[in-house]
Amino acid sequence: MIPLSWYLILSAALFSIGLFGVMARRNAIAILLGIELMFNAVNINLVAFWRYLDPTIMNGQVFAIIVFAVAAAEVAVGLALVISVYRNRKTVVVDDLDLLKW
Amino acid sequence: MDWTLWLELVIKALVLIFALLGGFAYLTWYERRLLARFQSRLGPNRAGPFGLLQPIADAVKLIFKEELTPAKAYKLVFFLAPIMTLVPSVIIAAVIPWGPPFQLGDRIVTQSIADINVGVLFLMSIASIAVYGIVLAGWSSNNKYAMLGGLRSAAQMISYELTLGLAFVVAILLGNSMNLTDIVEAQRDGRWFVLVQPVGALILWIATLAEVNRHPFDMPEAEQELTAGYHTEYSGMKFALFFMAEYQKMIVVSAILATLFFGGYLGPWVDRWPLLGPVYMFLKIVILLFIMIWVRATWPRIRYDRLMAFGWKVLLPLALAVVMITAVGILLAEINPWMIWLIPIFSLIAGAFASLMIDRSLRRKAYA
Amino acid sequence: MTILFLIIAIVILASAVMVVTTRNLVHAALWLIVSLFGVAVLFAMLNAGFLAVVQVVVYIGAIAILFIFAVMLTRREMRGHGKPLNNNWWISALLSLLTFGGLAMLLSNWDGFSQTPADFPSDFDGVAELGNALIDPNQFVLPFEVASILLVAALVGAVYIASNRK
Repeated sequence: MIPLSWYLILSAALFSIGLFGVMARRNAIAILLGIELMFNAVNINLVAFWRYLDPTIMNGQVFAIIVFAVAAAEVAVGLALVISVYRNRKTVVVDDLDLLKW
Repeated sequence: MDWTLWLELVIKALVLIFALLGGFAYLTWYERRLLARFQSRLGPNRAGPFGLLQPIADAVKLIFKEELTPAKAYKLVFFLAPIMTLVPSVIIAAVIPWGPPFQLGDRIVTQSIADINVGVLFLMSIASIAVYGIVLAGWSSNNKYAMLGGLRSAAQMISYELTLGLAFVVAILLGNSMNLTDIVEAQRDGRWFVLVQPVGALILWIATLAEVNRHPFDMPEAEQELTAGYHTEYSGMKFALFFMAEYQKMIVVSAILATLFFGGYLGPWVDRWPLLGPVYMFLKIVILLFIMIWVRATWPRIRYDRLMAFGWKVLLPLALAVVMITAVGILLAEINPWMIWLIPIFSLIAGAFASLMIDRSLRRKAYA
Repeated sequence: MTILFLIIAIVILASAVMVVTTRNLVHAALWLIVSLFGVAVLFAMLNAGFLAVVQVVVYIGAIAILFIFAVMLTRREMRGHGKPLNNNWWISALLSLLTFGGLAMLLSNWDGFSQTPADFPSDFDGVAELGNALIDPNQFVLPFEVASILLVAALVGAVYIASNRK
């Protein structure tokens, strides 16, 4: 069987890739895509721990479901913000959204 | 996993795929003949007896037609989109039970390809990925009509998916399982769920009409406004794939509706001769398809903003109310079995109230 | 199983890299879908069939569609003119590598790092257990209700922010 470490390493790698996307992308939508990758990394971790530690305790799966709900809420609000910004500024490149910067 | 199991699966999958393909071909014939009847015409009747060879003639024509790809299309996605539309419409049929299991030699053969314990959720998930083909077709064509059609269909399908899910929940509650075979078996002795929860069946039917973009919800391909919507730029076999997907989805959603609310494969003597199951399914599907075509022939298309308003402001609250009523009714039925019949009474009252509200709001806006 | 896991892992990671580097945003969203499908398969491999299906319904069926929708609505950016990454991308790359290294190091020091899966109880209905856990007052009914309030709040907020007030 696959040891737990493989899942954890995969999840850590996915998280790091998502983190890179969040920090390096210029487009706001792409940043949200990176956040989704990080959410998924977390979910892999939660489900893997549920399966490997004690499958009769459902904490891992329940937490994963809460993460689903949070991800859905985050995307809805985030994309609404992006669309609202686009409507006002005609751009979604975060470098150009410097209204609060001198 | 012995080889006979593989053989069984392959045979069942092939039979199902060929049944869907043949069903698609003859559904086009059925629809054209019926539409013609509704409009006092004859319909295709030249190729073969009663025009029965017409689908084959159509197929030959579509295969030999030249395929055009717009110069500024996104080639790869443009090529993939018809496939991504067709595939979900086939695999969604995998979990539907077509009949009770029967004995063949010394092995039990189930009449569904995959009898999984989260079958209803599987239907839901495949229905939710079916949007992609249409959206991507609209986007990759690089044509504003196609794009608008794709956007409309995405918005429409996401909106009605919620209602669809709640209607599935009604069936899950009544069947006390997410396994489709269990849901069918719970409807034995003529206790079809459509009798227990008529409003739920109606909601599911409306939501599936919207999901497969059929009349009166065919905004994504409204000819008068969008030329042909998302498949404007498609021709030849690629267009045929969209066409095929649409008709296969019609068949499959009719099968789902029959399974969840109209007793599935159940019917007289189905236990003695299990192979009668597919026959009953076929009859129920044909009747449901007839209703779909009937609607297409007689109802006007509804305007896009009204379509969204109807989905969000009427259908979704009504579906929530129906789920609530069903859950409470099932709890009450544990006290006294006849209380189960409070469900249809109260849900019909809720449905009547909803239609009254629509009527009043239409009157107030002087649209009626 | 091992080979399957490796294939899935490579698919997930490769498509994740494509998500964060592709110039065209619709392609990025499509790569995200591939990655999410990979994660769904992993869930199925971990005996969490319900979560695998929910992953397809929620992530692929709703969230990714919303992304494609948003990309189309802000379509001036769609062709991806200009650079996809900002000028400091190498710092970000360094930081992510450091994060990965740190996580890997922290985890490898944990003694349960390479344990094998616990015994899966036979005739164990994971879906029913999960449902009971979610509505059991002694377990997770409060987080569950809070999540539903969060969703309602997000719905209202999204509609308010995105609505075009004239």
